[in-house]
Amino acid sequence: MKSINPVGGPFTHDRVSVGKTMSLVMLALLPATFFGFYLYGWPAIFLFSVTVLAALLAEAGSLYIAGKPVRPFLLDGSAILTGWLLAMTLPPWAPWWIGVVGAFLAIIVGKHVFGGIGQNLFNPAMVARVALLISFPLEMTLWISPQPLMATGSPGFFESLLITFSNSFHIDSVSSASVLSHIKTELSRDIPLEQTLDSTYGLIPSVLGITAGSMGETSSIFILAGGLFLLMKRIISWHIPFSMIMTIAVISTLFNWYDPSRYAGASIHLFSGASMLGAFFIATDLVTSPVTRLGQIIFGIGCGLLVYTIRTWAAYPEGMGFAVLLMNAVTPLIDHYIRPRIYGRDGKGKPVQYPENIGAEK
Amino acid sequence: MPIRGLKLFKIRGGVHPNANKDATHDKPITDLPIPELLRIPLLQHIGSPAEPVVKRGEHVLKGQLLARPQGVISAPVHAPTSGRIISIGKFQAPHPSGLPVMTITLKSDGKDEWVDSDAVTDPFDMEPAEIAEKVSDAGIVGMGGATFPSAVKLGLGNRYQLEKLIINGAECEPYLTCDDRLMQESADEIIDGIRIMIHTLGVKEAIIAIEKNKPGAINAISVAAADYPEIKVIGVPVQYPMGSEKHLTQTLTGKETPARALTADLGIVVHNVATAYAIHQALRQSKPLLSRIVTVTGGAISKPGNFRALIGTPVSHFIEHCGGLTEEPAKLLLGGPMMGQPLPSTKAPIIKGSGGILALTEKELRLKNPSPCIRCASCVNVCPCGLLPLEMASHARAGDLEGAADFGLMDCISCGSCSYVCPSHIPLVQYFNYAKGALTEKQRAQHKQEEIKRLIAARAERMEKQKQAKREAMARRKAEMAEKKKQQSEASA
Repeated sequence: MKSINPVGGPFTHDRVSVGKTMSLVMLALLPATFFGFYLYGWPAIFLFSVTVLAALLAEAGSLYIAGKPVRPFLLDGSAILTGWLLAMTLPPWAPWWIGVVGAFLAIIVGKHVFGGIGQNLFNPAMVARVALLISFPLEMTLWISPQPLMATGSPGFFESLLITFSNSFHIDSVSSASVLSHIKTELSRDIPLEQTLDSTYGLIPSVLGITAGSMGETSSIFILAGGLFLLMKRIISWHIPFSMIMTIAVISTLFNWYDPSRYAGASIHLFSGASMLGAFFIATDLVTSPVTRLGQIIFGIGCGLLVYTIRTWAAYPEGMGFAVLLMNAVTPLIDHYIRPRIYGRDGKGKPVQYPENIGAEK
Repeated sequence: MPIRGLKLFKIRGGVHPNANKDATHDKPITDLPIPELLRIPLLQHIGSPAEPVVKRGEHVLKGQLLARPQGVISAPVHAPTSGRIISIGKFQAPHPSGLPVMTITLKSDGKDEWVDSDAVTDPFDMEPAEIAEKVSDAGIVGMGGATFPSAVKLGLGNRYQLEKLIINGAECEPYLTCDDRLMQESADEIIDGIRIMIHTLGVKEAIIAIEKNKPGAINAISVAAADYPEIKVIGVPVQYPMGSEKHLTQTLTGKETPARALTADLGIVVHNVATAYAIHQALRQSKPLLSRIVTVTGGAISKPGNFRALIGTPVSHFIEHCGGLTEEPAKLLLGGPMMGQPLPSTKAPIIKGSGGILALTEKELRLKNPSPCIRCASCVNVCPCGLLPLEMASHARAGDLEGAADFGLMDCISCGSCSYVCPSHIPLVQYFNYAKGALTEKQRAQHKQEEIKRLIAARAERMEKQKQAKREAMARRKAEMAEKKKQQSEASA
């Protein structure tokens, strides 16, 4: 953009910038990310690095082709964040090309095709995540049980290189099902839910995140901490996370109460899969969520309902990506109909009127 | 009489910019020496410019009328000191258009000699209309920066059933401390001005609202108001734009001024503290508005301070008196940083609504190149008017003025809260001001076009009627002729 010298005020500014906003979100993601690295070891670190680098590369290439200045946009942190969030939702031992294809999809198809930063209708990371899931269902559902970094039995540095960068390593030996997919499979075999959960599910490991799952999604407690940090810094507001979490909690409690052998309870829904990451980091994406507070509440409720519906009745065990994308599509509609009330006007835009006779023209 | 426990109402949004008042809030007001040349613009107020009544070369005395008001919404200007008129013509002025304004240049003779002033009558023996006339003759306009002719507002009692006078001492603009100092140093005069206004408007009470970050002013005004139960003093939350007339009214009464209407529709009139002071001077000492308090500050000013200066004093004179500049300012402003205007140069003078001269450094400005909107909705959350600045700006930018208007463009008060918090540094107010201007222009053009159409249609109709009349006359004459011929032929036969 051209250098400007506006004649319209104000001539002072709050200490904010797009780069600062993005940095704070990344800072909030750090605890969950490091925990993911620790939990799933070197392959996770490799996949994360490859995904973020590919996102940066795709961003630079897209900017160059579009004839936009590369440096300022590359440095605003948005591309890194997109790559970062995508990596958080990938199976930690997925091959390198999953990360690269995903990052390209996110940045090129999800973002620059729409016109770059701020213009995209859909959350880029979720566009990539859903496209990958549909295109490569095998690689995208291969979960592993935690293999902590440096622990005995965990793959070392060079072994990990093979896991990420070569197809020769078979990870079937350590593969495991995520809680949600396990529930889905067992229910399809008509095994009552209580029986399934007794043998596999523990609330404490689930909250801490010591389970099989995506790289950065499992640790509800670290994600919650990051989310609260963002709320405190006023990068996001409570409206989307709160309404989404409450919706999932209420609806899952109701169904669980109706038939506990078929419907999982609130704690399973909230602390498994992408619930927490989705509520605090994905659905709250500034660009693709509504701008008014009421609109954000509607958006959050919609995401919550869709997540629960897809998890419970659709073919996929997890529905966060689909739910967010579907609600993204509704965002322009929400923003069109839900507007704040203008000062001095009623909800319909007519000037307010007071019944009392004060101030009436003589 | 200070009041505690009066229920205050919340206003929507707003921002909390760094106040930056520390440099001047404890600097007493001092008189700025009279400059050699004074530049007195004839448009220092909202409305039509004043019309000069003096000629070039004429010698004038202090307080003498230089230009008289034209029309209902206008204000006269007076000679701030004695001296000779050396020119009347266009000169750089602090006007939002950035264009030069008709200006009278006065060369001071250094004697500061007063013109004979009218005898002073006790204002409480005067009729409200007489007081309003006196205020109008003194050239008093809203001193808070809006510069709306005060007499018009004092006359609202004729048209509206008024209940309350609100005195605006919020001074929510960062940096400025001129009202703060005036309240501390001239509390009695302000209270007297307020009593005169209560009498003129015929209201029951007055509430003086001062932001809580000015304990000295609250204290001084409370002491001065102690004997008058009809005058109440209240501390209001520190929140920009608390000083906006409509928002201050809402804070104190909980009522929103209906769109497109005046606070008078709520039975309320709002005046600034400095206006109250000017009214006191006009009524008690028969002095027209010749000077005002100006805060000179900013990172590039050597010795910031508060000054009583003559209207028309060039900005350069202030800067010299403040020990000059420590560095080249990145921006020179008249008024506060939120709603002030950039100055074309230091030659431009101060006018009746100028509360401050700011020489801001690059660091204070924090100006960055704008980047695309990321729809973070910060602007939506801070807008005190409940608008969607991001939508208004994107429509204005695309040239879709009606679209911007549909999002409430004309309800925007240009307070700048949205631009202040925008992480993408988008100059939102700039877009809005442009769009407002363009929209008004368009509506005017449209009105003109419709008017032309109407006139053309009227003319066509008129012509048609004339033709019709002619045809009828012709037909009649033909008939007459035929009749005559017939008679003739009958007679000859």
